Amino acid sequence: MDNNCPFATVLSATTSPRNKTGSWRTMCPRYINLMPPCNAVCPTGENVQRWLSFARSGNFRQAWNVIVQNNPFPAIMGRICYHTCEKVCNRSHFDEAVSINILERAVGDMAISHGWKFENVVPATGKKVLVVGSGPSGLAAAYFLRKFGHEVEIKEARALTGGMMRYGVPRFRLPGSIIDAEIRRITDLGVKISCNSRVSDLGSEINKFDAIYVCIGASKAIKPDMEVKSGSSVIDAVDLFKKLTNEQSHSVKFEKNVIVYGGGNTAIDAARMALRLGAEKVNIVYRKTLSSMPAHETEIHEALSEGIKILCLRTIRVIDHREVLIDKMNYDEESGILSKSGEEETLIADSVILAVGQFMDDSVVRNIEGIVVTDGGIIETDEYMMTGAKGIFAGGDATSTKRTATVAIAHGKKGAQYIDAYLNGKEVEQKSKPDVINFKKLNTSYYFSSPRLTLPPISSISMEERTIALTGDEIVTEASRCFSCGNCHHCNNCYVYCPENAIQKLLDGSLKVNHDYCKGCGICAVECPCGAIKMMPEK
Amino acid sequence: MSYSTRKKTSTDNANCVQSRTDRRNTLMSGHRACQGCGEALAARCVLDAAYNATNGNIVVVNATGCLEVFSCVYPENAWNIPWLHSLFANAPSVASGVASAMRVSGKTKIRVIAQGGDGATTDIGMGALSGMFDRNDDVLYVCYDNQAYMNTGVQRSSSTPPLARTATTLPIGSYMGNDAKTGKNLPKIAIAHNIPYVATASIAHLFDLEQKVATAIGIRGSRYIHVHVPCPLGWGIQPSDTIKIARLAVDCGLFPLFEAKDGVVRTSFTISNIVPVEEYLKPQRRFAHLFGKNAAPNVIAHMQKLADENIKEYQLMGENTHG
Repeated sequence: MDNNCPFATVLSATTSPRNKTGSWRTMCPRYINLMPPCNAVCPTGENVQRWLSFARSGNFRQAWNVIVQNNPFPAIMGRICYHTCEKVCNRSHFDEAVSINILERAVGDMAISHGWKFENVVPATGKKVLVVGSGPSGLAAAYFLRKFGHEVEIKEARALTGGMMRYGVPRFRLPGSIIDAEIRRITDLGVKISCNSRVSDLGSEINKFDAIYVCIGASKAIKPDMEVKSGSSVIDAVDLFKKLTNEQSHSVKFEKNVIVYGGGNTAIDAARMALRLGAEKVNIVYRKTLSSMPAHETEIHEALSEGIKILCLRTIRVIDHREVLIDKMNYDEESGILSKSGEEETLIADSVILAVGQFMDDSVVRNIEGIVVTDGGIIETDEYMMTGAKGIFAGGDATSTKRTATVAIAHGKKGAQYIDAYLNGKEVEQKSKPDVINFKKLNTSYYFSSPRLTLPPISSISMEERTIALTGDEIVTEASRCFSCGNCHHCNNCYVYCPENAIQKLLDGSLKVNHDYCKGCGICAVECPCGAIKMMPEK
Repeated sequence: MSYSTRKKTSTDNANCVQSRTDRRNTLMSGHRACQGCGEALAARCVLDAAYNATNGNIVVVNATGCLEVFSCVYPENAWNIPWLHSLFANAPSVASGVASAMRVSGKTKIRVIAQGGDGATTDIGMGALSGMFDRNDDVLYVCYDNQAYMNTGVQRSSSTPPLARTATTLPIGSYMGNDAKTGKNLPKIAIAHNIPYVATASIAHLFDLEQKVATAIGIRGSRYIHVHVPCPLGWGIQPSDTIKIARLAVDCGLFPLFEAKDGVVRTSFTISNIVPVEEYLKPQRRFAHLFGKNAAPNVIAHMQKLADENIKEYQLMGENTHG
């Protein structure tokens, strides 16, 4: 306005932007980041939404970089992780969950074929850490410790690295070449691994190292309570897998009828393996009901589709050569009470594979002052994963009953953080996590139903892995199914729908509220498909 | 006959003029429309699309109404394009005159757009508009239909939907608001003039809206686009729910989206997920008297019947269901 104008005369014409309508506002939109459920449930804390957002834009290298911030084994975990993330995926309330696991495998395989390496390590700290055991937990711990700049040495009792990834998972689910490739990246970081070197005296090792991470796993088979007449063909699943890993598969053959005893993933794997080693009829005998089986449902489904039968509510009493005497059971799912029904039956089996569980071989930690092994057979640790012995930490299957590779990697990651804090005399920073966003907070009007990517159905029972060769476009398409829950993915809805032109699009594509003009109507928050805008009271 | 159909797709937003950083912003910030105004948003989108389609060669004539009142409060003007306003009733006539002036002065690449609310279009300027259609003057007329006279206090217009409450159709006793079967269906009246292009559009489907504007701009003669724009104040909805309500109006079938050329409906925009009319009506305070214990029986069924008739007439369920 021209201040020289006398009162009540003509005002000089102007345009409306001088009228700052931001003064009308009582509520103000803010861009927020919430925790997507996939990320929240992932034991390793993988930022799934973020790496999918890179994958959807075709930047697979960056997607891989984001994965390995929390998990150094994308190709392995893309095969054997039980992907709890997909169970909680908000998209499953709309059509079907995003195929996170298959995408992780695709990106992981891409890293191997392109030879992508981990980024450089920070300057050396001069501290030395010993990791006992080269399973997923030990390797993950070594990776993160190395990233902190510590010198790391892994001692492995067996002939090959990888722990249960190598000795507990059949090759048709996880080829050895994949394990080798992902472990090589860790040794390339400067981690020293010595195989065939069982640690016999942990007490003296602590004098040579600044800290020790014990992750010796649970590799001994539990012997079920039953009578086995001599001459019967009975083998433990862990021994079977060990044999297959060390001696090549053709040295092991099964006759026609095989019974596998147990209900976990190992039992399923053993049954599927038996089928590949000559058995024609494989029955899994499990004491409880199908729904209470600890094995993962996709594994059960695949086993059934290969023709394996699961006989529930049965325990084995006697194995007498080819005759297996079975007690039928009653199981009350609510109370968890398992009892004999009084009925019995006899099954015929040329071999019985036992897969009823594993326990830790505690010889390494026995007699070490301060280390306590609980009645449940696991090493006791404090909240910082340190055992009673100063500087000796423990993780993986040896400290947990949730025995999955994913949990083991999570232990490795956390353990490395605690060890790093211990070596530096600091506390681990506890970052506050944002709230988890649920399906109701999303606006799904902007999404269209589309089927998820699936592995091809099992066509033949083979020792080879089921291959899936995804094109870049297929990866982008599946990654684009991600709802990007709680995090802006630049869909432009706020920019497009603002009646005040008060959303600004910056050069880097990010969006900003222009407070001069935003009237606070809240359309942007309602129309945001991701729930990434929140209306806050104006101060 | 069966129509060709158009469907919403996931790339709509990315492809629309509105998502571009170089959009014109024909209606600038600082205008005085209420929070969450559907009409302000629609006007910017329509004119930005027209501006884009003509490389900036547009002149806009505005009728009196909310749109004019909130955009040019003396001494400010919010229009980022050549824009003129004369009277409530005469926008079509003024636009006809501008179009003639362009023709005789040889500036044929300059396209003329007239715009107004439902009051100016269906009531006050109806005669002038019908004349413009009749002469097939080279004007695109855009009606932003918020279904009542809003800036004067929500009085009924001939576009107010059946049974809606306005300041002049208050539900009292057994009287349930606006008459159950009233209103002019202006898109149909426009089609009856056999003009080259008539379309309905919604701010919930901006890509479709922009496509229709671009199509209309490319045609000579009289063209008409009727845009459904919720009014938070007049309809009694949250300002944040403007787009949501507009989407529900389309999804329930009460506001069908279609295109007609030379007097015949050719294309309809199919609904992927048809919702019951309650979902659209219930959040609006102007329909609150249709719910609850004082509501007359069968009112919702009546509204549902209107929606169902639209779904059938315009084949909104897509070609698969209507062969």
